[in-house]
Amino acid sequence: MSTDIRFTDFKSDKQPTWCPGCGDFGTMNGMMKALANTGNDPDNTFIVAGIGCSGKIGTYMHSYALHGVHGRALPVGVGVKAANPELEVMVAGGDGDGYSIGVGHFIHAVRRNMDMTYVVMDNRIYGLTKGQFSPTSREDFETTTSPEGPQQAPVNPLALALAAGGTFIAQSFSSDAQRHAEIVQKAVEHDGFGFVNVYSPCVTFNDVDTYDYFRDSLVDLGEDDEYDPTDYDQATDVILDSEKEYQGVIYQNEESVSYNESHGLTENMADIPDGAPEDAMDLVREFY
Amino acid sequence: MHEDLNWAIGGEAGDGIDSTGKIFAQALSRAGRHVFTSKDFASRIRGGYTAYKVRTSVDRVESVVDRLDILIALTQRTVDENLDELHEGSVIIYDGERTTMQDLEVPDEMIDLNVPLKRLAEDAGGAIMRNVVALGAACEVADFPIENLDESLEKRFKDKGTAIVENNQQAARLGRDYVEENYDHEFEYELETTDNDYVLLNGDEAIGMGAIAAGCRFYAGYPITPATNVMEYLTGRIERYGGAVIQAEDELSAINIALGAARAGARSMTATSGPGIDLMTETFGLIATTETPLVICDVMRSGPSTGMPTKQEQADLNQMLYGGHGEVPRFVVAPTTISECFHKTIEAFNLAEKYQVPVYLASDLALAVTEQTFSPEEFDMDAVEIDRGNLVESDDIEAWQNDQGQFQPHYPTEDGISPRTTPGTSGGAHMTTGLEHDELGRRTEDTDVRIEQVDKRDRKVETAIEREDWSYREFGDPDADTLVISWGSNEGAMREALDFLEDDGISVRFISCSYMYPRADLTEEIESADQVIVVECNAGGQFADLLEHDTLTRVDRINKYNGIRFKADELATDVKDMIAESTEVTA
Repeated sequence: MSTDIRFTDFKSDKQPTWCPGCGDFGTMNGMMKALANTGNDPDNTFIVAGIGCSGKIGTYMHSYALHGVHGRALPVGVGVKAANPELEVMVAGGDGDGYSIGVGHFIHAVRRNMDMTYVVMDNRIYGLTKGQFSPTSREDFETTTSPEGPQQAPVNPLALALAAGGTFIAQSFSSDAQRHAEIVQKAVEHDGFGFVNVYSPCVTFNDVDTYDYFRDSLVDLGEDDEYDPTDYDQATDVILDSEKEYQGVIYQNEESVSYNESHGLTENMADIPDGAPEDAMDLVREFY
Repeated sequence: MHEDLNWAIGGEAGDGIDSTGKIFAQALSRAGRHVFTSKDFASRIRGGYTAYKVRTSVDRVESVVDRLDILIALTQRTVDENLDELHEGSVIIYDGERTTMQDLEVPDEMIDLNVPLKRLAEDAGGAIMRNVVALGAACEVADFPIENLDESLEKRFKDKGTAIVENNQQAARLGRDYVEENYDHEFEYELETTDNDYVLLNGDEAIGMGAIAAGCRFYAGYPITPATNVMEYLTGRIERYGGAVIQAEDELSAINIALGAARAGARSMTATSGPGIDLMTETFGLIATTETPLVICDVMRSGPSTGMPTKQEQADLNQMLYGGHGEVPRFVVAPTTISECFHKTIEAFNLAEKYQVPVYLASDLALAVTEQTFSPEEFDMDAVEIDRGNLVESDDIEAWQNDQGQFQPHYPTEDGISPRTTPGTSGGAHMTTGLEHDELGRRTEDTDVRIEQVDKRDRKVETAIEREDWSYREFGDPDADTLVISWGSNEGAMREALDFLEDDGISVRFISCSYMYPRADLTEEIESADQVIVVECNAGGQFADLLEHDTLTRVDRINKYNGIRFKADELATDVKDMIAESTEVTA
């Protein structure tokens, strides 16, 4: 691991095709900063991305990376981290990818508590398919597939994570660059599943959940001296408060023991002997 | 006197049928006898009819036959279900004191052994041991020294303490003594023991054992009959070698977790059955197009949909060969016997890494739930060779970087095989995607690059066809006019069928195929035969279709799809009928 890593080392030479002003630029920069600040380099980092605008992130970053199928990025990350615990694993996805098609994997990844980071670029819309409602869209949000609004309650990803036994639950705003990078960094440093829901506005299709909206309504828990992220009850109140938008580390269980640790996953499984293991005949003798 | 004995215990699920059968099979194996077991079970935890059958001989046995010599019947239905297989001189052991068995009518020509199983078990320390009493009774019938049971009872019960082991050993003796004292019948069976050392295992276990031997260190799966045993085998064992098993939340997750581990450089595997393969097919294309080495084991069962989960079928061949959208290379290897489950698993891992392709390992329920004895040498660990293919270390990375120092994981080499690095290798960082990609792994819609990459992936298959031995196994008379071809688990039954046919003066050439794709070119063999019969456990004749397509020659088909594997004697009759039919037509 190199010591003079800069966040730009995580940048690829590919120019993003995101719309000008897209929140994903800021989200990605924060991820790169967090990785560099925690002493990682591209050769020991594995990024997994899902499908949608968010899924393009692996192309714009430089590291070992896989761009998978819709909704299944988390299991890929779980496999990477299990097989080689020395790698820094970061999974990125969108609200559709993570909370619709992939919601089952999300809950199970949270409760599995593998030592990895999950960053969701939540823009409350399907962007790449040009503007349909997403699981986090507001109930009255009019889109091409919801002319009168979806008329169903939005998913509360933070509440899902808390209910699933999440050990690190945070939220950030891609435009608040410094805070966002700080929060993702804390998620990387957390021993267990670090989950960050990032408000990452879509400037093309979402005219409700805009930069201005988040700027005006965001409450930063980091500025509240009374707020203690290790306090489960306080976290519950914040997570269930549908009146306000919050950023910061909302909940962190400091007792968290990652899956890797609890399951003794310490070896790089890529290293195998040239032939069967020395005592392999024992495997046969068991069948006497 | 019969050299070959067929024994069964049957009752309701939950009656301890499985463990009783296993204890007896192990005792026989330890006594140096060959064993071949089969199970008949329903998809439920308690109740319903279930049976464990053991065929044993001093010679190798490869299949089941339609005959039953000794039957331990715990329920009336056990007798009813097996009437066809029972014959004059068959022995039926049952507990006539059991309320439901009081009216049992054993046909006159059979031998009726009414043994108070429960009462004797209570004398030995508990009614729960009634099956073991029956085992003791069976030992007396078969003139099999009861001491042979002792070790397998110990193996089964040692965790419960010495007292339990001794009680069971005593229960067996009470069963034996009861028959000896109360029946003066001369039984016609005798189970001779030998000094041979055999191991007894099933196909799922052989796959798990092969996986560890081959360096598989990671397994992710979701429980499904009849593949679960692979996961259960690996759990607790793979860890000893630095590996891990993860039980995923579903098959979609399982295959993606396995994919992640493979991308991290581990030899990785998942196993499932047909319904799980359907779910995994989404990710299958991603694995193939990202050129990730992965072994996907499909332990086939009866379909479609949830079909008959506890019954045999070989009907997923088309799914494995063609499943998924778009066109992607994949290999399909189908072990033909339990020991081949071990060898082909090892080969599957090597093929996956050498050619950077997903490899389907096509097993089936008949292999998965039957156990067979083998000499331990059949699983020769010293012979295991591991070939990781074009795995590039840091020192050689420059050769595979472009002039901007970027690693090219999909470089279109002449043989189609690209370089591969594992994360952590410095200078090798790269991304890859399920989207069409260039040599760097990055998305492209460039028409020329598209063609270049598709051709590159296909070229790997051509290379593999040239470099590997995609042969078949051959039995019977190589000059016979009739050629029988089968794939997968039918080999054992067909091999024994050859003997039955020979007794009738019919000689047959038999080709058993384990490579489904790429596969051997059988044109010459098929063209030189007067009649070609393809044997498989499905209704449509999926392999027969393939052979017709490959060779432009019509073949005859024997298809079985009632959920039960081929039996040797039955298969011999089918082949005989088909030969006769064709002779009639020609005449």
